[in-house]
Amino acid sequence: MSKLHVQLTVNGREIEALAEPRMLLIHFLREQLNLTGPHIGCDTSHCGACTVDLDGKSVKSCTMFVAQADGAEIRTIEGMAQPDGTLHVLQEMFREYHGLQCGFCTPGMITRAYRLLQENPNPSDEEIRFGISGNLCRCTGYQNIVVAIRAAADQLNAAKEAAE
Amino acid sequence: MNEATPSAEVRTQKLQGLGTARKRVEDVRFTQGKGNYVDDMKLPGMLFGEFVRSPYAHARVKSIDTSAALAVPGVKAVLTAEDLKPLNLHWMPTLAGDVQAVLADEKVLFQFQEVAFVVAEDRYIASDAAQLVEVEYEELPVLVDPFKAMDPDAVILREDIKDQEEVGGHGPRRHPNHVFTWDVGDKANVEAAFDAADVTVEEFISYQRVHPCPLETCGCVASMDAINGKLTVWGTFQAPHAVRTVASLISNIPEHKIRIVSPDIGGGFGNKVGVYPGYVCSIVASIVLGVPVKWIESRMENLSSTAFARDYHMTGELAATKDGRITGLRCHVIANQGAFDACADPTQYPAGFFNIVTGSYDIPVAYLSVDGVYTNKAPGGVAYRCSFRVTEASYLIERMIDVLARKLEIDPAELRIRNFIKKEQFPYQSALGWEYDSGDYHTAMDKALQTVDYPALRAEQAANREAFANGETRSLMGVGVAFFTEIVGAGPIKNCDILGLGMFDSCEIRIHPTGSAIARLGTISQGQGHATTFAQILATEIGLPADNITVEEGDTDTAPYGLGTYGSRSTPVAGAATAMAGRKIRAKAQMIAAYLLEVHDDDLEWDVDRFVVKGAPERAKTMAEIAFAAYNSVPPGMEPGLEAVSYYDPPNMTYPYGAYVCVADIDVDTGVTDIRRFYALDDCGTRINPMIIDGQVHGGLTEALGIALGQEIDYDEIGNIKGGSLLDYFLPTAVETPVWETDFTEVPSPHHPIGAKGVGESPNVGGVSAISNAVNDAFAHFGLTHTQMPHDHWRVWKTAERLGLTG
Ligand code: FES
Ligand code: FES
Repeated sequence: MSKLHVQLTVNGREIEALAEPRMLLIHFLREQLNLTGPHIGCDTSHCGACTVDLDGKSVKSCTMFVAQADGAEIRTIEGMAQPDGTLHVLQEMFREYHGLQCGFCTPGMITRAYRLLQENPNPSDEEIRFGISGNLCRCTGYQNIVVAIRAAADQLNAAKEAAE
Repeated sequence: MNEATPSAEVRTQKLQGLGTARKRVEDVRFTQGKGNYVDDMKLPGMLFGEFVRSPYAHARVKSIDTSAALAVPGVKAVLTAEDLKPLNLHWMPTLAGDVQAVLADEKVLFQFQEVAFVVAEDRYIASDAAQLVEVEYEELPVLVDPFKAMDPDAVILREDIKDQEEVGGHGPRRHPNHVFTWDVGDKANVEAAFDAADVTVEEFISYQRVHPCPLETCGCVASMDAINGKLTVWGTFQAPHAVRTVASLISNIPEHKIRIVSPDIGGGFGNKVGVYPGYVCSIVASIVLGVPVKWIESRMENLSSTAFARDYHMTGELAATKDGRITGLRCHVIANQGAFDACADPTQYPAGFFNIVTGSYDIPVAYLSVDGVYTNKAPGGVAYRCSFRVTEASYLIERMIDVLARKLEIDPAELRIRNFIKKEQFPYQSALGWEYDSGDYHTAMDKALQTVDYPALRAEQAANREAFANGETRSLMGVGVAFFTEIVGAGPIKNCDILGLGMFDSCEIRIHPTGSAIARLGTISQGQGHATTFAQILATEIGLPADNITVEEGDTDTAPYGLGTYGSRSTPVAGAATAMAGRKIRAKAQMIAAYLLEVHDDDLEWDVDRFVVKGAPERAKTMAEIAFAAYNSVPPGMEPGLEAVSYYDPPNMTYPYGAYVCVADIDVDTGVTDIRRFYALDDCGTRINPMIIDGQVHGGLTEALGIALGQEIDYDEIGNIKGGSLLDYFLPTAVETPVWETDFTEVPSPHHPIGAKGVGESPNVGGVSAISNAVNDAFAHFGLTHTQMPHDHWRVWKTAERLGLTG
């Protein structure tokens, strides 16, 4: 199968690659770029384990071809911490409030929560639950995930206020 | 103690031992996407395997033509049963002592059964080529209804064993589709109890076929190193050592030449206990092709071919006096085992621990019989976050108590209390043969009923019923009470083994000279946080901070032999092994300390993290100091070093229990059930890490919600699976999931070294009953005694319609 030339930015890094037109973005990230944080949990776009941030939106990376992501700017869980290794508040709060168990949903969940807080910096618990309803977790029952996202929102808001 | 020594509280705090909500060490990598799950592995030259699966539930395989698939560039091999036959690997043993086809041998017995295995350079090519394998089938009559399996004219499914007298040593078979009959209890006395009873009730209660569906599916990477003759398999194994032994037995590769590794596992819940055709095919392909081979299930393959749970169809009967004393229990079960009996039950228990069916109640006589049958459904029969059929048993008794309460017009909570095993009766011998270790059921139930203000709930319900009757509301309120007793921690070798392997577990500890340690266990975490909690147990036992203790599991080359993690057995069994190994360390440390302090061993006492001389607390040696001394100044005649290993064979199971209350509102016009409140009180004995316990309870309750309100792996009459993808199989999202209220009492297990009982599975066991009881309770005043799960919108609406309540 002839390959397409794609160019995209992933976690701040410029990527140029050749890929089959039918290659899914999730397989490209995991197998060609070795970014194995986003996972595969289904084949029907239900689980959200593969969630990445693409041009300012949460995207299930199993639902698009890498060819469709040509020119896009993508952030995965691997790009969530700062370059010096400082963790994102969400990463810290997930640990602090036991928002994960087996960890399989966690990269997608944190990536989704990151975008949710960009869209709505001060969500109610109900809005958080609705906002992450495209991401399934089989271990935690979501309760501590909601607590962790709420705590992260509070910290981010407090930091913003302090800066203003 | 001199002034420089911090207080015992400060030092205890520093250890982060038993009882502290220690943050999980695993999370640092998981939150950064640095977990190492099997599909993350990449080895040089690695190929991908993909199955060709049967579209039919029952058919003869007439021919398989692999030529078109082999012609696809990048395809390296296509395996069929014919290729496996010379190696004698076309069939494999199951954990239940049956055999299962690795690749269909002459016929297929369930839809999506494995027929051929394509190996190619990447997963896209493998899946292209799998489409091109041409299989010619001749359809056969299909049997899906377990009640028809033993009809005289039923089609024979397992021709391979049709003349075999028994399967897995479980006694004589009456029919070619019969797997086993298991009966326990005192039939004659139960009959007498029923004859003499004031009241009896009977109900047919089905527990539908469901699937554990962890977020990560099953998979493996097999790599045969031809030069050294060593096979390594990384995979989703809840019991790596058992897999190694089975792999050795079936492949004839010596066991020391096999290394099984469980990397991070994305949830198990029973799905990853079994041995699957994908593992065997990957191993064979790697041996044949000389390169590593990866196989990863898709979600549809996962739901349709590996490890269903339940599918128990139960008839329960209770006999009682008119004031509500239960005098006898009788139960018959038809167990649908699917095409092969692949249940992961201990050998002596073909229906698992279903004989815990007397529950939390002092029932003098009971009789139980279970008939296992084959059908054209997928094999499995795993314990989906429960201990070997306990969930089914607990569901039956908890529903039956409600049915009896209705008949006697006694409140269901009150009826439970009247029949509870009393605190002073422990250790309690149940009518069906178990010895319950400890409990205080009355205290737990009182606390639960008080916390939820049970009388107020019933008063509110009475008002709701009146309002409904007057046409003021279309919503019905249901209150579900459940009180479960689990039986976990399999188990004593005297009655628990799998394929002859005793179900002990193990821990090996090495203390390093600078006062840090590594502990290796025979178990494997799938999200339970073993690396965190086992270090806590050890911190308390040996007085080194949990942060200085590495816990390693899942690599059979380094870990001591153990039977793995399922049935909530890690804490009761491996947790005990950890404590016992820690105590061996401490005993040796005491001798070293005595030598260093020039006193007799008996003159020392343990104080959090050190030995001190009795009456002279300023003279002490900390564990860290002793660790160093162990490598340079041990008493004459003593071997240097500080290491210990313990293989723990538990004297008994542990019996966690709990009181759950669920309040639900049901819209009769839509069938939508809204869980308004759910209160869960758990008693799991000594609590190792309250944060992790709460998390386990939240997760288990959410699974229970899924099962009670929607999950079902259903089949049509010709054996097509109807719940085989996440389109159809219900996994609750954050929106459907309520906020769970958790609570606890703490009655330690008397026979466990630290008194812990295990908790991971309790919420699934108790949660399903509480939710189902609430749904049934909402309609109880219209005469409904029982309606089958799952209580999805459609079924609930049908119930309302049947009772004449809709539009
Ligand atoms: S893998 Fe499940 S939504 Fe993408
Ligand atoms: S932590 Fe296991 S799926 Fe969410």
